[in-house]
Amino acid sequence: MNAIEINNLSKAYKDVKAVDSVSLTIEEGTIFGLLGPNGAGKTTLISMLVTMRKPTEGNAKVNGFDVVKQPGNVRESIGIVFQDPSLDDELTAYENLEMHAALYGVDKSYRKKRIDEVINLVALGKHMNQMVKTFSGGMKRRLEIARGLVHHPKILFLDEPTLGLDPQTRISIWEYIKKLNKKEKITIILTTHYMDEADDVCSRIAIIDSGKIIAEDTPENLKDALGGDVVSIKCGASKTCSEELSKLKWVKSAVVHDGLIDIRVEKGEEKIPKILLLMEKKGILVESVSLRKPSLDDVFLHYTGKTIREQEADPKAGMRQRMAAWGHKR
Amino acid sequence: MNRELEAIYALWKREIIRFFRAKSRIVGSLGMPFFFLAILGTGLNNAFSFPGMEGNYLQFLTPGIIGMVLMFGSMFAGIIVLMDRQFGFLKETLVAPVSRLSIIIGKSIGGATTAMIQGIIIMVLAVFLGVQFSLANIVLLLVFMFLISFMFVSLGIAIASVLDDMHGFQLIMNFIIMPFFFLSGALFPLSSAPEILRIASMFDPLTYGVSGLRYILLGTSEIDFAFSLAAILGFSILFIAIAIYLFNRIEE
Ligand SMILES: Nc1ncnc2c1ncn2[C@@H]1O[C@H](COP(=O)(O)OP(=O)(O)O)[C@@H](O)[C@H]1O
Ligand SMILES: [Mg+2]
Repeated sequence: MNAIEINNLSKAYKDVKAVDSVSLTIEEGTIFGLLGPNGAGKTTLISMLVTMRKPTEGNAKVNGFDVVKQPGNVRESIGIVFQDPSLDDELTAYENLEMHAALYGVDKSYRKKRIDEVINLVALGKHMNQMVKTFSGGMKRRLEIARGLVHHPKILFLDEPTLGLDPQTRISIWEYIKKLNKKEKITIILTTHYMDEADDVCSRIAIIDSGKIIAEDTPENLKDALGGDVVSIKCGASKTCSEELSKLKWVKSAVVHDGLIDIRVEKGEEKIPKILLLMEKKGILVESVSLRKPSLDDVFLHYTGKTIREQEADPKAGMRQRMAAWGHKR
Repeated sequence: MNRELEAIYALWKREIIRFFRAKSRIVGSLGMPFFFLAILGTGLNNAFSFPGMEGNYLQFLTPGIIGMVLMFGSMFAGIIVLMDRQFGFLKETLVAPVSRLSIIIGKSIGGATTAMIQGIIIMVLAVFLGVQFSLANIVLLLVFMFLISFMFVSLGIAIASVLDDMHGFQLIMNFIIMPFFFLSGALFPLSSAPEILRIASMFDPLTYGVSGLRYILLGTSEIDFAFSLAAILGFSILFIAIAIYLFNRIEE
């Protein structure tokens, strides 16, 4: 069975079409990654799937239930970890989970056992009776993941599960996610803009930009489709360089980003001398050269003409705004 | 149905847990009303005597201060919806498979309960200051205190549902809560006030709360008790209806 079937789904806010006729099918058991820069529409797409927002057009089925007509059934069958924190800071970890169990109608006699189970899954058993406000960012995220699992959902939605966390914590969060996909046999839908992490974790990936899905496949296929190698050079006049390079027949593309020129070619190791020779002739100083297989970053660059880093505004801006609304934190 | 009751109970419990955990907040919120009683009440005790006032000023003031505590406590509990929204917890409740009606009822009953606890604390403190009540109608008293709290918590939720951030809170404090308090006849008998204040006070829900409390505790009031009770019920229904309507419109 398909975990999710999306049909021409759109959502328009006043002047932006945040999600633009998206169609997508996600099989059960997948770890599915939605990749895109800030403002691409990832959160909006997810909020429609979890029945938080009503689509302007189109429809979607989650676990076989229509998101507009059967929101109750959808909600019972999914777990959600929102992009922004949604724990009650003034309750303990246990109380937060207990509250969730009550809201989702988990049988009373079974609650304690299940809470123990999920809290140990994310290794927070020792902190069960600690107030959430004393938790670090990573602990809070793990607790939210545990909370999303309390009622045995068939699908777990994770919106930017590692945003704002340090690298080590990010790795451990992904470990938990992989583990529960295996152990609890849950379909996982996540959004992120860390390409390398998505590559590592997801079995399928959709790239979304300006509300549209522009590519969808396994990470391997996406990268293979690009083919060849990427030669990255750093030089003084990147703009003119890339223009010159683009003219060459054996160059598939040459794009400037982050002060580098990414040149996609076949048999990169043979092309490096040619490139250097050309630069030499033009009298341009090349500071560094590197060769690699295309990564998801390159896939993204290929489809959107930009790297995700360039497109991205400050991810914490929204958060800061919210805090500023308070004058200061508490 | 059972699920909905579970949810109401869980949300009620949350309010109670948080209330008892925030001890400093309790002390803080009871400080002002206590000083009102202890300083204003005892200080003016012998100086003031209004026509139609039985007993001393402290006696007269106490139901007014209880009403004030109920209003402050429950309005604040309602406005917590706004904080839940800012700190994200509201989302967790909004996507749960329970109706929004249950969420609102759980929150308002919880908030009303915590406001009542504060009201009872201040009542006990008043007794230590020498105020004498008749507790013949204790059940009626508790029911009436609950209604006052429920009414204001609903108003608080309604307001919180339309505000975007806490900036508006100051505005509400200054333009709703304070006028409600001063106009309610908590500090002085309305019958000796100028016409314009008397008319304004008729639109103040707290007027009926204070008057009803005075009737239950002291046996006399300027407004007929049955009328006060009816007014409180009317305002409660109006406010909860508005709260439900506005809360249902929250998208996130
Ligand atoms: N509540 C809203 N009202 C108006 N515009 C919104 C709202 N939420 C998001 N948007 C806009 O919709 C677009 C997509 O946003 P979002 O779904 O949050 O993207 P992402 O999660 O990929 O960063 C952005 O342009 C954003 O500004
Ligand atoms: Mg987002």
